[in-house]
Amino acid sequence: MKPAVIVFPASNCDRDAAVAIEKICGVKPLMVWHGDSTLPDVDLIVIPGGFSFGDYLRCGAMAARSPVMREVVDRANKGTPVLGICNGFQVLTEAGLLPGALMMNAHLKFVCKDVALKVESNQSMFTSRYQAGEVVTYTVAHHEGNYFADDATLGEIEQNGQVAFRYLDNPNGARNDIAGIFNRERNVLGLMPHPERMIEPDLGGADGARMFESLVASL
Amino acid sequence: MSAITPEIVAEHGLKPDEYERIVRALNREPNITELGIFSVMWSEHCSYKSSRRHLRKLPTEAPWVICGPGENAGIIDIGDGQAAIFKMESHNHPSFIEPYQGAATGVGGILRDVFTMGARPVANLNALRFGSPDHPKTRHLLSGVVAGIGGYGNCVGVPTIGGECDFHPAYNGNILVNAMTVGIADTDKIFYSAAAGIGNPVIYVGSKTGRDGIHGATMASAEFGANSEEKRPTVQVGDPFTEKLLIEACLELMATDAIVAIQDMGAAGLTSSSVEMGSKGEVGIELDLDNVPQRETGMTPYEMMLSESQERMLMVLKPGREPEAMAIFRKWDLDFAVIGKVTDTRRLVLKHKGEIVADIPLGPLVDDAPSYDRPYEETEKQDVLGPDAFTAPESNADALRELLATPDLASKRWIWQQYDHMVMGDTIGRPGGDAGVVRVHGTQKALAITTDCTPRYCKADPVEGGRQAVAETWRNITATGALPLAITNCLNFGNPEKPLIMGQFVGCLEGMAEACLALDYPVISGNVSLYNETNGQAILPTPAIGGVGILTNYEQRASIAFAAEGETIVLIGDTEGHLGQSLYARELCGREDGAPPPVNLSAERKNGDLVRGLIMTGVATACHDVSGGGLLVAIAEMAMASRIGAVLDYDRGGVPSYAYLFGEDQGRYVITTNSPELVLEQAAVDGVSAWVIGVTGGATLKISEADSISVAELTQVHEGWLPAYMAIP
Repeated sequence: MKPAVIVFPASNCDRDAAVAIEKICGVKPLMVWHGDSTLPDVDLIVIPGGFSFGDYLRCGAMAARSPVMREVVDRANKGTPVLGICNGFQVLTEAGLLPGALMMNAHLKFVCKDVALKVESNQSMFTSRYQAGEVVTYTVAHHEGNYFADDATLGEIEQNGQVAFRYLDNPNGARNDIAGIFNRERNVLGLMPHPERMIEPDLGGADGARMFESLVASL
Repeated sequence: MSAITPEIVAEHGLKPDEYERIVRALNREPNITELGIFSVMWSEHCSYKSSRRHLRKLPTEAPWVICGPGENAGIIDIGDGQAAIFKMESHNHPSFIEPYQGAATGVGGILRDVFTMGARPVANLNALRFGSPDHPKTRHLLSGVVAGIGGYGNCVGVPTIGGECDFHPAYNGNILVNAMTVGIADTDKIFYSAAAGIGNPVIYVGSKTGRDGIHGATMASAEFGANSEEKRPTVQVGDPFTEKLLIEACLELMATDAIVAIQDMGAAGLTSSSVEMGSKGEVGIELDLDNVPQRETGMTPYEMMLSESQERMLMVLKPGREPEAMAIFRKWDLDFAVIGKVTDTRRLVLKHKGEIVADIPLGPLVDDAPSYDRPYEETEKQDVLGPDAFTAPESNADALRELLATPDLASKRWIWQQYDHMVMGDTIGRPGGDAGVVRVHGTQKALAITTDCTPRYCKADPVEGGRQAVAETWRNITATGALPLAITNCLNFGNPEKPLIMGQFVGCLEGMAEACLALDYPVISGNVSLYNETNGQAILPTPAIGGVGILTNYEQRASIAFAAEGETIVLIGDTEGHLGQSLYARELCGREDGAPPPVNLSAERKNGDLVRGLIMTGVATACHDVSGGGLLVAIAEMAMASRIGAVLDYDRGGVPSYAYLFGEDQGRYVITTNSPELVLEQAAVDGVSAWVIGVTGGATLKISEADSISVAELTQVHEGWLPAYMAIP
């Protein structure tokens, strides 16, 4: 396995993602600076959480236009798995790799808490180690996690089985309780909750570890 | 240069005799830039002129203290070549005027104090005090302050793992926003602020300088009047994005050996940073202000020196290391400018457009700052009130239900859910417990961190209140199983020119010093915030304490949640049913009189040492210290945290049940165990009082045969108050 974590100015879960990958997958990921215009040969790209470019303009908007993202989009289109967590999910929608957008939470406040999620599909390299329909606990920590897509797009996402995770108790007003979605080919996953923060009981649970175990199994 | 008139001197918050002192120091009249520099350096905020002589009484040493007060933050040794660096600071005045930015820049400032010294910040905490919930401004201030703390801390990616939040009408016109940061560094990579090396370059990094926050330090050194809203322009605006870049850039440069000295630009910005670096290093500093990165055109030397624009640092580099340092700051898109050099003159010399615009000897500027021995008056002792002085409740369950929904005891989840408390992946003790716990990344160690103070005790008896504030943080840390190591503080008081207020300050410090000595728990950093008064109304004396302790093996720790059903509940420490100054007295009897509960420091230490040992050996399975609200509130909090009830059965030894259950006697802990005999035996050996008072289990808290309440109902009222309060438009 040859994973990479992309680092933007004010990414702040880049280390957390690297720690989780190293602990669960047993490989130290490559940390790739956003300003690099080339990407080494890797088989997993992680866009971590944080406040890339301060969340100024729109969350993820400036990061999506970083030099390295052209290469990320290209690799994703060629089938390389790309995982975007929290701010990473926002970046992926801004980069056009995933449909829809993340708006400000309906209650207008930042929210950090554990949430129960239903695993909608285990037919992906990110979720193969879960049972379909299983309820898992991850942590959310975001101000703009309110997933929105217009009716037509939403219908398509549902129809294609692109919903990866759904909230049991919606913390942000997301449409259809959507916490995370795949692209149509299921090699790109974006989700607001943080699997990398739930990798051992001391942190409150280990449900997130299985996402990385799934990746190990398929890569 | 225009002449300095008495009016200009007064506008700078300087007394006529202080101005005379300046003239003597310079041997001439100052110009306006020099006057501005003196005024901020001699403000209460920067010079500690009313507090200095009393602060000396605090114990600051222990074998594990690497650096005590006087630097940007204090440093303790946590073993294995690692150090914890921490400090707490107030941002009270600005937060009242502009709550979001005031609180946000408070967090930014304290973060800089810590990473300036070479530490990566690993935890933020805060201590907040607001006016009465009924006051028309409280909701707005609370919501703005919380959003500001979250907005800054969440963006920089440092978890906010704990804090406290109380309400009292005495804070109606002066809220308190105290922010604490803890960082971790290698002991051989610690950076100090003393400039050295004649001719070495002085470097400015970070954000550009604007006209914001001019005279913030002076504002923070005066009372508020009716026109305090007009001071909004003196509040700075924070940019957490730049701060995050600054942290990464500084830590990257600190990994090399290019830095000689480094200091953040906090209160009084470029002035205090350059003056402190020069005076600590016993050298001179010469700055060319034309090279200062500026946000606007036409800024005067006065404005540049007094600006409190945020996210800026001053460094002295080794000669010739500028290019590699500049490359790092350019990579992070931050300004980097050589703005001066270290000289041997021991003077601060400022040049602007080819002219010398200030030339001040650093010795007098720092050492000759006024120091006042303000007259003080002791607070009159109040009577110790017995349980009979207070009315008994209809039922203890009803009283508990009511107490848990009062502002000070209600759950603060609404607040801490707005703070990212999990980022960095090491938070193993989340907010809502006795202390937040974060692992020292990649080790078996963890830090337990808390903030605490009980201002109502301090008001009634400053000495006792000072003791109690320190002891309670020690207890909070102990209740996680950690060994308390040292404290920082924010000493928030009213106008020190009033003898009674000055007496509160002196009394609290006396009590704090006693407790620190008795508990081997020195003060390693701190901050004083005086003049917290509006129209003559002072706040309650509030010496907020931030404590840090260490778990050498984080597997051996306890949380407040009951671990399982069927475990024995044991109360450690003596219970006399002290209701004076209790929340029961204030909230249920409408009384705020009487002496506060006394702190017995030798019992405190014995009780805590026993409890810590029981947690480390796994004998205690859960632990909570008994504080505001008393024993029953503590047990209810343990039940709510675990959704496990309890059946109480205790011998109250002649104390009326409500006094036993709601009294706030000090030095107590509730633990659960599967080996009660072992606990009682060990307690007897150590000379500590311990009583079996019940057993965990079920879904209700059974207080007596006839008196019980479900844990679900307790949770509902406890969690309900703050969200309901904040939902009112």
